[in-house]
Amino acid sequence: MATRVLAPNTIGGGLPRIDGPLKVSGGATYASDHHLPGMLYAVPVCATIAKGKITSLDTSAAEKMPGIQSIFHRANIGRLYRTSPAQGIYGYLDERRPPFEDDTIRYYGQYVAVVVADTFEQAQAAAYAVKVTYSGEKPNVATHLKTDDEPKVESSRGKPEDAFKTAAVKVDETYWTPPETHNPIELHSIVAVWDGQAFTLYESTQGVVNQRIVMAQMLGVAPENVRVISRFLGSGFGGKLFVWPHSVMAAAAARSLNSPVKLVISRSMMFQNVGHRPRTQQRVRLGTTADGKLVSLQQDYLNHTSILDEYEETCGEATAYLYSTPNLKITSGVVHLNVGTPTAMRGPGAVPGLFAIESAMDELAVKLKMDPIELRLKNEPEKDESNGLPFSSRHLTECFKVGAEKFGWSQRTPEVGSMKKNGLILGWGTASCAWIGGRFAASATVDLKSDGTARVSCGTQDIGTGTYTILAQVLSEKTGIALDKIEVVLGDSSLPEGPISGGSLVTSSVIPAVSQAAQGAIQMIFMTATDGDQAAFAGRKPTDLAFTNQRVHLKDKAPETGFAWHEILQKANVNAASGSGRADEYFGGPEAKEKERYSVHSYGAQFAEVTWQPEIARLRVSRVVTVIDSGRIMNPKPARNQIEGAVVMGVGMALLEETKYEPRSGAPINNNLADYMVATNADTPSIDVTFLDYPDKVVNEFGARGVGEIGLAGIAAAITSAVYHATGVRVRSLPARIEDLIGHSEAGKLRA
Amino acid sequence: METFKYTRADSAAQAVQLAGQSQTAQQGAQVRFVAGGTTLLDLMKLNVERPATVVDINRLPLDKIEKLPDGGLKIGALIRNSDLAHDPTIQSHYAVLSQALLSGASPQLRNMGTTSGNLLQRTRCPYFRSTAFACNKREPGSGCSAIDGENRTLAILGTSQHCIATNPSDMNVALTALEATIHIQGTKGERDVSIQDFFLLPGSTPQKENVLEPGDLITYVTLPASRPGAKSVYLKLRDRASYEFALSSAAVVVEVADGHIRHARVALGGVGTKPWRSVEAEKALEGKTVDPRVFREVSEAALRDAKPQSQNGFKVELAKRCLTHALTLATKSA
Ligand SMILES: Cc1cc2nc3c(=O)[nH]c(=O)nc-3n(C[C@H](O)[C@H](O)[C@H](O)COP(=O)(O)OP(=O)(O)OC[C@H]3O[C@@H](n4cnc5c(N)ncnc54)[C@H](O)[C@@H]3O)c2cc1C
Ligand code: SF4
Repeated sequence: MATRVLAPNTIGGGLPRIDGPLKVSGGATYASDHHLPGMLYAVPVCATIAKGKITSLDTSAAEKMPGIQSIFHRANIGRLYRTSPAQGIYGYLDERRPPFEDDTIRYYGQYVAVVVADTFEQAQAAAYAVKVTYSGEKPNVATHLKTDDEPKVESSRGKPEDAFKTAAVKVDETYWTPPETHNPIELHSIVAVWDGQAFTLYESTQGVVNQRIVMAQMLGVAPENVRVISRFLGSGFGGKLFVWPHSVMAAAAARSLNSPVKLVISRSMMFQNVGHRPRTQQRVRLGTTADGKLVSLQQDYLNHTSILDEYEETCGEATAYLYSTPNLKITSGVVHLNVGTPTAMRGPGAVPGLFAIESAMDELAVKLKMDPIELRLKNEPEKDESNGLPFSSRHLTECFKVGAEKFGWSQRTPEVGSMKKNGLILGWGTASCAWIGGRFAASATVDLKSDGTARVSCGTQDIGTGTYTILAQVLSEKTGIALDKIEVVLGDSSLPEGPISGGSLVTSSVIPAVSQAAQGAIQMIFMTATDGDQAAFAGRKPTDLAFTNQRVHLKDKAPETGFAWHEILQKANVNAASGSGRADEYFGGPEAKEKERYSVHSYGAQFAEVTWQPEIARLRVSRVVTVIDSGRIMNPKPARNQIEGAVVMGVGMALLEETKYEPRSGAPINNNLADYMVATNADTPSIDVTFLDYPDKVVNEFGARGVGEIGLAGIAAAITSAVYHATGVRVRSLPARIEDLIGHSEAGKLRA
Repeated sequence: METFKYTRADSAAQAVQLAGQSQTAQQGAQVRFVAGGTTLLDLMKLNVERPATVVDINRLPLDKIEKLPDGGLKIGALIRNSDLAHDPTIQSHYAVLSQALLSGASPQLRNMGTTSGNLLQRTRCPYFRSTAFACNKREPGSGCSAIDGENRTLAILGTSQHCIATNPSDMNVALTALEATIHIQGTKGERDVSIQDFFLLPGSTPQKENVLEPGDLITYVTLPASRPGAKSVYLKLRDRASYEFALSSAAVVVEVADGHIRHARVALGGVGTKPWRSVEAEKALEGKTVDPRVFREVSEAALRDAKPQSQNGFKVELAKRCLTHALTLATKSA
């Protein structure tokens, strides 16, 4: 059931998404929209302790309830496996063990059973009736992270301790970011189908190929016997990159019962069973000369992870190359808590990391009595000092200059509370953004068809970001075929292997593969055009031909003298000329091939204005200006949409979001969308987005690095710096709450 | 969610008779009325409410707003919150009520929620809403998980050692400042209860939140005639700009003559175990000049008995700022 998306012109042109009409009309089929004959419904039973053992599991009452097909748990789920180590970009998952592996509970909500019934309601009712007893212990969900483990050195140069000791001006502070839950509106869902030999899995996933490989291993079947389909996604934010246990449960149940099984997890399970951004605790030490030149930068960070899995939130990701300093050290560590396994969430590592680094830079600017932009410009490096490589394309200075102009930064007076407008106190803050650049390996196929249409396919997926549209654009650009004659097929693991939708890298990754596939298809047309006596260019060699404005002609003659490409196919009675393309992964750095060794990253500058009404302790974000340097922008519409969305998410990160683990039970206590607060429309500031649009040709022929996560990289620090400017309160532990601003922050949250 | 029987009442009498079968009208009721369902169904899905019978009262003719001979207003129990908020008389004469309603929930929820349902909405205490925890309100005698737990949003006024849950409604705060009366039809006939007496403090029986007995149907709410010179304001403070319950709110009705306060009614929300009428503030305001410093003193008086918990100490200061500012707004152009 391929979803056909037909495209209507091209690169950089602001084309609307080609899948838009399907989405607004309800025609887009998401995973849980699949209804199959005889389909059963699964509802998991979750542990109500966070640490301890299951002492008994009694399903007898539940089994007798109407419509119950089976209740699976450790004793009867059948054999499930762990995966072998990941290879290349596939084979990843965060919670590494299969469901129900033992009777030990290590986090609140851990699955202990799954009920399968004729209807969802019956399954839900019976799930409540499964009686589980536990011997529980007090869980560890500490908010202050501590470890005795030796810190791991992530990056190091010079003698940072010594330089810090003798620095003229210093900042030494600790910053915290809380656990955050992705909460895409589409819940994690799967419809699992077993035909006696093979699985078809309709999944809400950001990586169909990875999902296929991991699911095959965990279910113990050959990879060709698993097909994963994810045509549309109601967003993921990283939470749907990898396999989570509910998918394995649903597939095992489908196999056991020989019926399709649908499992959609509940909103409360979203907070416990499918990952989150872990808490980070980061000590940052900056030392400068009296005039603000960095002499030492140290970042020592910890993040929490689950009891069994080692998830590292790489907070130092952007630190080592962001500023010029001869002395630097970044160390990391993880702390195992009774929480579910964390996972990548939009801008993993760099986003919480830059909150700390950029907040510290703002504190430094205050100490130096220097403009925060000037401080950053003063420390702009000429090359990547972590590895000595040149930057492929870096325009951070220009981001600040353009942004400052748009924002009106020159009007800023630095004294706390000194700016006012309409009776409100204004606060202005700014921060740098940085994010990875490069490519994942990707393959693609292009078919040029005799009816004049074309098809491009890739085993990647569109997670709502515009991938369908980008592939159509690339093919149109390479062939001149109108967008409305191009069909894009994605979201199926049986297609040529494509990348996970992660790292904001899909656009950059698919460009070379699609481009090569298009060339390949054109080559096939040349061969067809010269093959045999009846061929259009009988007696000529393929190398004699050229392809111009969709016409195939002799290189030494004008295009008009030739044929339209599909006429060649028609004449030869060939349905389609197919080409395939593949490009390897590329992330620059010292590991790259000699001529390709660059430091490849995206940059940006963000500016935030807050309004503060001390008389009612009301703080709101009123204005955000973002300037992004992420290479060539393939399509400004979805690109802008990504940054705007990130800004809204950043308002939530700075002021609202925090998953609270109840200290005695370990339960995420605000496990619903009323109590876990994200920014609403009313909290959305006016948002101004500018793309510098400098192509980075090291990455691909169009110079597109991709855009998405970068928009969240600086926003929290820009906002909390603005909060300091308005209120005089420096919030080092997110989110910045009312109680922090009115001097009552003893409550509820960790303080330094 | 558990299996339940659904019936539709065609008359108030029938509704009363059906609900009269219940052993209690409080937590654990075997029979529940459903109006908009935005509280009830939510809690049924969480297994916090487990009625065996749900009586749909949406067909009862209780959806009108009528003027009373004494100049007051009679508000049907089943008027939707959004309709009530946009009613021209409410907007012109009882602005505080319209503002309170519009500050609550979301447009979708307000389109469903009703006067009586809003009056009876349940606390948002997270432990009440999850059967995995001890909670005296849900299971009397089991203990209160909030006192030593997550209590940032809970009450600082009217609490007991058994329960510190906040009454979350915005509407109730406005109705309290407006001195509303609740009209009830029960198995023994009809009766009127002032909103002040309608809600109960938790004391040692937090499961009992109001005076309703089995069978009791709220039929309408009346408001006394509005005072011609009075101005009213609802101010709600919270973390985000919409779709959040009050951390602190204030409903004030004030009449100013010659720079002095002639009449004042003050109620606080987000801080009390019931919609919190502050007689202390009203007394402190009587006859005073319009002056922010006075308002701050009045706010101090209103919060004098506040008992903060481990995480909600900031609410004391927030409530003071809220009341001070609400009074400032209500007396601005007067
Ligand atoms: C996500 C969310 C956010 C919200 N935010 C806010 C907010 O910010 N501020 C706010 O004030 N409210 C808020 N609410 C609560 C909302 O206002 C209430 O849920 C709504 O007003 C309840 O009305 P209803 O008619 O749907 O009640 P129902 O759910 O139908 O009934 C509630 C209770 O009242 C009983 N009942 C109803 N009518 C009668 C009657 N006539 N006689 C006797 N008993 C009766 C029912 O049996 C039930 O026990 C929010 C709700 C949700 C779900
Ligand atoms: S505060 Fe009240 S509602 Fe909350 S846990 Fe305690 S008893 Fe239950």
